Amino acid sequence: MATQPLTDILPDAAVDITDVVCPVTFVKAKVALEELDEGQILSVRMNDGEPVQNVPRSIKEEGHQVLKLIDNGDGTYQLLVRKMGE
Amino acid sequence: MAIDYKALKNGGFMRQIQKDRFSLRLKVVGGHLTSDQLDTITRVSRQYGDGRVHLTSRQGVEIPFIRLEDVETVKEELAAGGVDTGVCGPRVRTVTACQGQAICPSGCIDTYALAVEISDRYFGRQLPHKFKFGVTGCMNNCLKAEENDLGVKGGLAVSWKKDACTLCGVCTKACREGALTQTETEIVLDESRCNHCGRCAKSCPFDAWDGASGYILSFGGTFGNLIAKGEEILPIIRDKETLFRVADAALAFFDAHGRPSERFRVSIDRAGWDTFKEAIRAAYEG
Repeated sequence: MATQPLTDILPDAAVDITDVVCPVTFVKAKVALEELDEGQILSVRMNDGEPVQNVPRSIKEEGHQVLKLIDNGDGTYQLLVRKMGE
Repeated sequence: MAIDYKALKNGGFMRQIQKDRFSLRLKVVGGHLTSDQLDTITRVSRQYGDGRVHLTSRQGVEIPFIRLEDVETVKEELAAGGVDTGVCGPRVRTVTACQGQAICPSGCIDTYALAVEISDRYFGRQLPHKFKFGVTGCMNNCLKAEENDLGVKGGLAVSWKKDACTLCGVCTKACREGALTQTETEIVLDESRCNHCGRCAKSCPFDAWDGASGYILSFGGTFGNLIAKGEEILPIIRDKETLFRVADAALAFFDAHGRPSERFRVSIDRAGWDTFKEAIRAAYEG
């Protein structure tokens, strides 16, 4: 696939899901994605543990393109997601 | 004429505490019934039972309060409506299954298709005692594979595809077993820690994991009077031919070593696990 330096991706919007628990984590990320246009990029901040184990897969299963998971080094992660069409 | 309660029981008619009433066990494979079958069951329960059914602990359906004199008519009406009667006694029982890959996003194998194959091959086969098969689609183990005399659990045998990988970091966090490590240039899989859950392959946004379906078998589970968890003694099996060769060998072992009314677990314990493993290994290797 075309490789673009993934760390240089600039998100169009950001959402923090560290203040909610499963399954609201995924719901909150999903709602944030719905507000974007196709092709735009969302940065999702999530906690270590269950969110980081499950949310990327759920977003993939919704049909969006997960681009990169970045370890913030403080027990949280940034997931960069490109919104895909219906 | 004397009533042959044993024959009735073998055919799924379970004697109730109420005189001359029977709870009729139906044949259900993998927990699947069609709405037409449910209609038939509803009709029979209303007409010949007391309007209720009982859902058993192993995905079965029983229609209680069938009168002795209605037994043959009930069988005929059920058969005409596409419903078979179940079995009881010393033989292979209902094959249970979760919904598996055909329905569930977590599924690694087609559990229902496999349950049907197992049932077609073994259902009702006489053995020293009851024998239960259960098929679960993945490590989440909704069907509790290890409770069964022979449990089947779906898994994925995974391998990393370097060319497709962007080192995005998702799989190493999706893995709950600590089997994956990411370096500057690659993902390293520690096979000794991998439990074949397939979370890496299912979470990967770039299809950089090959996941080949396989079967993880457990032997000698029993959760009745004696409680014991089925034991895994083989690596993940990748093809049905091997799976059935091993299952054939397990049943043959039970026939050869089991005493009447003795569960598979007890037979294995008495014959010795080393002896059992040798027989199963031989079948596995073909």
